Amino acid sequence: MATTTRQKAGWGAANTVTFVVIAIPLLWIASLSFKTPAAIADPSFWPAQWTWGNYRGILTNSTFVRPLFNSIGIGLIATFIAVVFASMAAYAVARLTMPGKRLIVAGALLISIFPQISLVTPLYSIERSIGLFNTWPGLIIPYIAFGLPMAVYILAAFFQQIPWQLERAAKVDGATPWQAFTKVIAPLAAPGMVTSAILVFMFCWNEFLFAISLTSTTSARTAPAALAFFSGGSQFTTPTGPIAAAAVVITIPIIIFVSVFQRRIVSGLTSGAVKG
Amino acid sequence: MTVAPPGEAPARHRRKKPPLSEGARAERKLGLLLCAPAVIVMIGVAAYPICYAVYLSLQKYNLAFPNAVKFVGLSNYGAVLSSPYWWQALKVTVIITIFSVLFELIFGMALAEVMFRTIFGRGFMRTIALIPYGIVTVAAAYGWLYAWTPNEGYLSALFNNGAPLTSTVPSLAIIILAEVWKTTPFMALLLLSGLAQVPGDLEKAARVDGATWWQRFTRITLPLMKPAILVALLFRSADAFRIFDNIYVLTGGGHNTYSVSILGYDNLFSALNLGIGSAISILIFICVAIMAGVFIWGFGVKAPGADLAK
Repeated sequence: MATTTRQKAGWGAANTVTFVVIAIPLLWIASLSFKTPAAIADPSFWPAQWTWGNYRGILTNSTFVRPLFNSIGIGLIATFIAVVFASMAAYAVARLTMPGKRLIVAGALLISIFPQISLVTPLYSIERSIGLFNTWPGLIIPYIAFGLPMAVYILAAFFQQIPWQLERAAKVDGATPWQAFTKVIAPLAAPGMVTSAILVFMFCWNEFLFAISLTSTTSARTAPAALAFFSGGSQFTTPTGPIAAAAVVITIPIIIFVSVFQRRIVSGLTSGAVKG
Repeated sequence: MTVAPPGEAPARHRRKKPPLSEGARAERKLGLLLCAPAVIVMIGVAAYPICYAVYLSLQKYNLAFPNAVKFVGLSNYGAVLSSPYWWQALKVTVIITIFSVLFELIFGMALAEVMFRTIFGRGFMRTIALIPYGIVTVAAAYGWLYAWTPNEGYLSALFNNGAPLTSTVPSLAIIILAEVWKTTPFMALLLLSGLAQVPGDLEKAARVDGATWWQRFTRITLPLMKPAILVALLFRSADAFRIFDNIYVLTGGGHNTYSVSILGYDNLFSALNLGIGSAISILIFICVAIMAGVFIWGFGVKAPGADLAK
């Protein structure tokens, strides 16, 4: 199909509009993060004076560094466990003959549309009584539960595309079902696991409601929650610059992720979540 | 041991149940074992707490008076349902849900076309489009908040240095704007899977027959995409209904812009009222359940993953 000049111009315009609409809010936060406190009170888009001061401020301040560390740790642990559990469940759903599959898929669907606020009150109460409140596991456990459905969908769809014969061949050669899983299927499933891990980690990284409800100090508070509790360097400085800098810091990993894994994220979200 | 034909999954599914071979029993046992951790976590974090919330919602329970816990039946529900705050929150939530999902559907369709069909820089456009999807909602929300702050924000400066976040309707518009900017890419990705299923030949044939772009879109693309659109609507409506982060940052729920999630949060952490907070939680859960029910049974959304369980 030959492309006409008009088509080229049309797509060029569409690309440009899309790019501008997405980029401007991002550039604005970046610009704010480089403004000096004096320049903040100036609505021009770019800073009149540039400074690294906001970054220096937040990166030497434990009210942001500690939550950043919590975010990374809690995100990685929750992602790892969620992907392991989801792989096991997805394998069973996709490959094995067993009762109750429908129930598992329905449960996963239910969780993925579940209003988190409905769990905040009971989880707050339960976690306080069993000592999980304001701890890493107190956030990791709910994150695993809410990361699972997406991972199960993506992995089950992925497992279905892996050739059956290999598994059967392994069993003919005397492998147990468990060996067939770990030795044959798991390596083939690795790309699907990477995709679901990226998406689960992005969910954990983004989560806010549990993060502010189930924590009370920086010992477990994650970075998005810390943003909301920021105050200026002193009582009289507005925290605009530091908040913008912190927002940029927690956005950088996301930009790296989507740049490196664009294909996987697109295929994961289009194939796994909604094979309609 | 019976030998199963080397067929595909459906053949296995139709196999008669009673004579379970040793292999089949081992398989079943393994399957249950493999599912157990995921099921236990989901029950522990969702099913059990929601039941506990039902129990809490029937108690008079204020954390400020922890010794005055008392069974009060449905009176917490009565208190919530007769409160103007609940109805205001529900109204705000429904308005935000309807408008943001509507705009996301329109822009998401356009963005899906760009991500799927653009003739230059497709990879780059897809990467760019994923950034709002991945960005931390709170981080983006602060960007919008400062952009609309008078004397500080470029958007406020564009609109006569106005302070739109100090009155209800403009605040809601900005909340919807922030929501739409952030989640349109997700909607586009959900739609993309539908778009990918429209056979290219059909498009081409219609084009040869002289159908205009609009005719091809409304007569071919849309009907074939209907299942994907319905699934996307279900997911996004459920997600928009629980909106919290954007409102928390942009207005804190002030100027009558609180959603049901903000109301529930405030009742727990400002009023410390576990009983009322739980009743609100349960009512929100019921709302989402009704919404999902309407989509699945009313519009015939084929629940995602239904074909996985065959």
